[in-house]
Amino acid sequence: MPSITYIEHDGTAHTVEVPVGQSVMEGAINNSVPGIDADCGGACACATCHVYVDAAWEHLTGTRSDAEASMISFANGVEANSRLSCQIPVTEQLDGLVVRMPAGQH
Amino acid sequence: MNDAPVDLRSQAQQKAAEAAAATPLDKFDVSQPALYQDDTWRPWFARLRAEAPVHYCPESRFGAFWSVTKYKDIMAVDTNHKAFSSDSQLGGITIRDVPMSFRRPSFIAMDPPLHDDQRRAVSPIVAPTNLVHLEKLIRERSAKILDTLPIGEEFNWVEKVSVELTTQMLATLFDFPFEDRHLLTYWSDIATADVLSGKVSSEEERNEILQQCVKYMRTLSAQRANGPPRFDLLSMMARDPSTRDMDDRMFLGNCILLIVGGNDTTRNSISGGLLALNKYPEQYDKLRANHALIDNMVPEIVRWQTPLSHMRRTALEDIELGGKQIKKGDKVVMWYISGNRDEEMIENADDFIIDRARPRQHLSFGFGIHRCVGNRLAEMQLKILWEEILARFPTIKIVGPVKRVFSNFVHGIDEVPVIIPSRI
Repeated sequence: MPSITYIEHDGTAHTVEVPVGQSVMEGAINNSVPGIDADCGGACACATCHVYVDAAWEHLTGTRSDAEASMISFANGVEANSRLSCQIPVTEQLDGLVVRMPAGQH
Repeated sequence: MNDAPVDLRSQAQQKAAEAAAATPLDKFDVSQPALYQDDTWRPWFARLRAEAPVHYCPESRFGAFWSVTKYKDIMAVDTNHKAFSSDSQLGGITIRDVPMSFRRPSFIAMDPPLHDDQRRAVSPIVAPTNLVHLEKLIRERSAKILDTLPIGEEFNWVEKVSVELTTQMLATLFDFPFEDRHLLTYWSDIATADVLSGKVSSEEERNEILQQCVKYMRTLSAQRANGPPRFDLLSMMARDPSTRDMDDRMFLGNCILLIVGGNDTTRNSISGGLLALNKYPEQYDKLRANHALIDNMVPEIVRWQTPLSHMRRTALEDIELGGKQIKKGDKVVMWYISGNRDEEMIENADDFIIDRARPRQHLSFGFGIHRCVGNRLAEMQLKILWEEILARFPTIKIVGPVKRVFSNFVHGIDEVPVIIPSRI
């Protein structure tokens, strides 16, 4: 099962196994990893699952849809490698993925 | 039940349930403000969700409109800003269509691209660093207000706590002269009052009163257009390219948006939370036994109260929703107050349950590009207030009838008579 590492803003790392087919967001929520809020439950409607995808993995996580681009533009501290984690499906290729969480979600 | 002598209140609820069951669906009109003032809205929406989740009302005080009553359908509308417009010139985001000359643009009543720029102009007010800075202030003020409350003597929670706390917060967000902060509450109430409520009797009168707001805010704003960095909403708007050249109508529109959004709503959540805990005393017991439940309780309060009953859109195209054909130009009303009671999405949706799973999955802040910018600030105010209450008072008891606001938009509470029997 793919392993995803979530790094909190203060540097605390959490490595958890997330089944193929779940989203990176669900992996965090289902394992009580702090720093991803996912208010809307994964509908690309709230931008509170904002993460920074580690440089080594950017090319494997896909690109933002129009809907995602629109929502993420309102998050705080958006960078080029920002994604809404509810829009990243976990695949075997993403085994070892590292994402970082921002200082806050709103 | 605490908000009326028991027999009168359950009589009203019984009558409403009977009426909702007996009235033909094509005669349903959930725009009536009395339903919310009398707290008899539930059975009407329960029937709509079950039998006509997307429902057309051909005639009302507010004209013809579609009601969207289920959670998923509301989400579908809220997140589809390309088909469902918020533009003030089409009628904006409330069910009432005001005369064209009184339609005030603001970023809530605007579509992209300008919406996006203006929202981003003010969203730094809720950046993580600013929330940390505000937290200390909120706690100091909550403590001070709570410490001056009478013990063993009846008072109105809304006036002494809900209004006072949120008005102070608003004055800070605007860096508004503290001694004049009552004006913010006044303008907020005038901006949203139903013309039949007694607070204001016409759009003309409303507009005239609100010109005082423009004048005052413009004076403050002019002082802040230049100079060293400042972190209040007026300074943000005075400096950002997308907001610094607004005409008076748009300036007033944005001020009102921030005043109502940042004040009235949180006020009613503060009142609503106390109401909920009194209606569900076993939840209050649970809370007292475990203060860590505050974090989960706060979004549940916002869901249960649903401070804004609806948000409205105007269809930009013919579109199908819930099996119905909506026509371009139609008024579409998302009843958040109903979606938040949708059993298909939320278990035991009518009940106040402070430890429920996924408490933030509710519609009160909306979803999509217009989702409430201040939502985490609202939650923070509620959290801090309850932390400070639990540290001071074993209980707060509602001792008389609750008075609600005559409005189909602001789901508000004007009076919550309480007694605090003792301090810890």
